[in-house]
Amino acid sequence: MSEQANHVGVQKLGTGIGSFDVIAKGGLPENRTTLLSGTAGSGKTVFAMQFLAAGIRDLNQNGVFVTFEESAADIRQNMRSFGWDLEAWERQSKLAFVDASPDPHVEIIESGSFDLGALLARVENAVRKVGAKRVSVDSLGAMFSQFSDQSIVRRELFRIASALKSMGVTALLTAERTEDYGPIARFGVEEFIADNVMVLRNVLDDEIRRRTIEILKFRGTDHQKGEFPFTIVQDGGLVVIPLSAIQLKQKSSDIRISSGNQELDQMCGGGFFRDSVILVSGATGTGKTLTVTQFLSGGAAVGERCLLLAFEESREQLFRNAIGWGVDFERMEREGTLRVLCDYPEVASLEDWLLTIQRTVEEFKPNRVALDSVSALERIGTMKAFREFVIGFTSFIKHQEIAGLFTSTTPSLMGGTSITEGHISTLTDSIILLRYVEMFGEMKRGITVLKMRGSIHDKRIREFNIDGKGMHLGRPFRNVTGILSGAPVHVSPADLERIWSQLDAEGRERHRDPAGADVGERHRGTADRRRST
Amino acid sequence: MLRLYVTGSSPRAETAVANLRRICEQELRGQYELQIIDVLKEPQLAEDEKVLATPTLIKQLPPPLRRVIGDLSDTGKVLLGLEVRPTTATESDPKPEKP
Repeated sequence: MSEQANHVGVQKLGTGIGSFDVIAKGGLPENRTTLLSGTAGSGKTVFAMQFLAAGIRDLNQNGVFVTFEESAADIRQNMRSFGWDLEAWERQSKLAFVDASPDPHVEIIESGSFDLGALLARVENAVRKVGAKRVSVDSLGAMFSQFSDQSIVRRELFRIASALKSMGVTALLTAERTEDYGPIARFGVEEFIADNVMVLRNVLDDEIRRRTIEILKFRGTDHQKGEFPFTIVQDGGLVVIPLSAIQLKQKSSDIRISSGNQELDQMCGGGFFRDSVILVSGATGTGKTLTVTQFLSGGAAVGERCLLLAFEESREQLFRNAIGWGVDFERMEREGTLRVLCDYPEVASLEDWLLTIQRTVEEFKPNRVALDSVSALERIGTMKAFREFVIGFTSFIKHQEIAGLFTSTTPSLMGGTSITEGHISTLTDSIILLRYVEMFGEMKRGITVLKMRGSIHDKRIREFNIDGKGMHLGRPFRNVTGILSGAPVHVSPADLERIWSQLDAEGRERHRDPAGADVGERHRGTADRRRST
Repeated sequence: MLRLYVTGSSPRAETAVANLRRICEQELRGQYELQIIDVLKEPQLAEDEKVLATPTLIKQLPPPLRRVIGDLSDTGKVLLGLEVRPTTATESDPKPEKP
C-alpha cells in the first residue's frame, strides 16, 4: 500500500496513553476495532480503561466501558489507585458502564436459540447517552464462558463488532490468551473480529518479569514493529517505553562543556559536547567516581544543575569521597545545583528506573546527568531489557540536551572490556578508558579517550595521578604497548621511533580529508546499526 | 410475574412470545402477569436488569429469581426455569417444589 493511501484511508485517534501513540504512529485507527490480546495479568483491563480515561481527562472524548468479566463496582475500585475517579466521570455523563459480568446468584437456563440483541441495545444506548467516541470491551473470552452455545457467541460478537464500527466509535476489545507466545487468543476467533491486533506480554525471563506491548497488525495503516517494554505505574497507569521512537530526531550540538578537569578537556579537544553521552570505563578504583565528581563540580561551578544517579555507593560514601577530592556535594545540594538519587538498583525494575529517572529529570531539569554505574543496573534485568534501558535513557537525555556521563566497571583489573560496554558503546558519543598499568613493579593509572564522536581528540594513553585536589594528567605512556589488552610490554626507544614515524605519516594522510565527511559517515553508520538492532 | 425481553419484532422474538403464551396458558392457567419489553425501544430497562441475551425471560416472583434465555422452544426447560412442575392438564396445584 502506498504512503498516500495510508493517509487518506485510515485516520488515527491519539490515545493519550504514555508514549503508546509513538509506537502506534499516531494512535489507534479511528472508527475501527482493535483487539488487545494478552495472558492473565498482562495489563489488558488497565489498558482498556486507560484508553477511556485518557480520552475523558485529556481530550474531552467520552467513553463506554463494557465489562464481561469483572463487575463495574470492582473496576471502579481497582482503578482508583491509578488516580481515575470513574464515579465522578459517570456522574458527569462522561463515562458509562455496560455491566455484562456474570451474576453468580442468577441461574441461567438456555432454552432454544437466542442472540445478544439486548447487550447490543445496551451498548448502543450507553454510547448514545454519553456521546461516546471510545468504547472498551473487556474481555471477549469471558463471554464464551457465560453461554454454552459458543457458535452463537461467536456470531454475536461479530455482530457487535460490526455494530461498533457503524456507531462511529473507536473500539478496543480485549481477549485472553493462554501463552505469551502462542495462538493470539483462546477461542481462535477473536482476532478475526477486529481490524487491528495488539498483544500484551508479561514474560518471565531469567527470573525477571518483563512487560511488553506489540502491535501485530493495523489494517491499512502503519505502526512500529516489535515488542516495546512498558510498565504500569501507580499514579498514571500504563507507560510504554519507546526505543527507536525519538532516537533519530536528536539535534546535534557543537557547544562544548567542561568535564571539570582542564587537562581532560584538552584531551577531548576542548571538552565534552553539550548533548553527548560519555562512557567512562575502568576497573574498580581507577577513578570512575572521581571522573563523575569532577564532571558534576565542573557543572556546578558554572551554575549548571547536575543530577547524580548513584547505584553503587551510599550517599554518605559519595559525599565523603567528594570531600576527599575537594568537592563539597552538600553545599552544591544546598545551592540547588546538585540532586542525588541514590538507591539499590534492585528496588525497582529497569523500566521503572527509567521512568523514575525521566520524571526526576523533567522535574529538576538538570544540565548534566551522571550515572554511576551503569553496570550496577545491568544485573537487575535481562540483557535485552538493559540495552533497551540504555537506549531509552540516552535518547531521552539527548532529546533534552543534557550531557550524560555513564560509568561502567570492567570485570578484570588490567585491560579488558565488560559486556556492558560491548552492548552500549555504540550508543555513546565518547568513550574514556581508565586502566591500570603495571610498570616496573608499580601500579600506575592510565587514561585515554577512545572515541570522541565528531571531534578530534588526544589519542595517547596518558598517565594520571589522584590526590586531594582530584585528577592530574601526566605524561603519555610512550614506551609501553599493550595497555588496553591488559598485558603492557615495554618497547625500546629505537623501535618506538620507527613505529611512530610510520604512524605519523599515516595520520597526516588521514587528516588531509575534510573532517566533516568523516564525521558524517560515522554518524550514519551508527544510525544504521541502531536501526538494525 | 414474568418479564420477557425481546428485540423488536424479529422472528425469534415472535416465536418466544408465542411459546411463552402457550406454556403459560397450559401450565399456569391465567395465574400470571406477563410484561413484554422491547430492548430496542427501552434499552435502559435491559441495562437495569443486566440482560444480555434476547429473548430473556425473567421470573421475578415468586422467588427465587430465575432467567431463561432463548426462544423458549424447549418447554421442559422453561418449566424448570419457572419452577413449575410439568403437569397433566388436570393438575390443579402448580406449586413450586421447595427443598
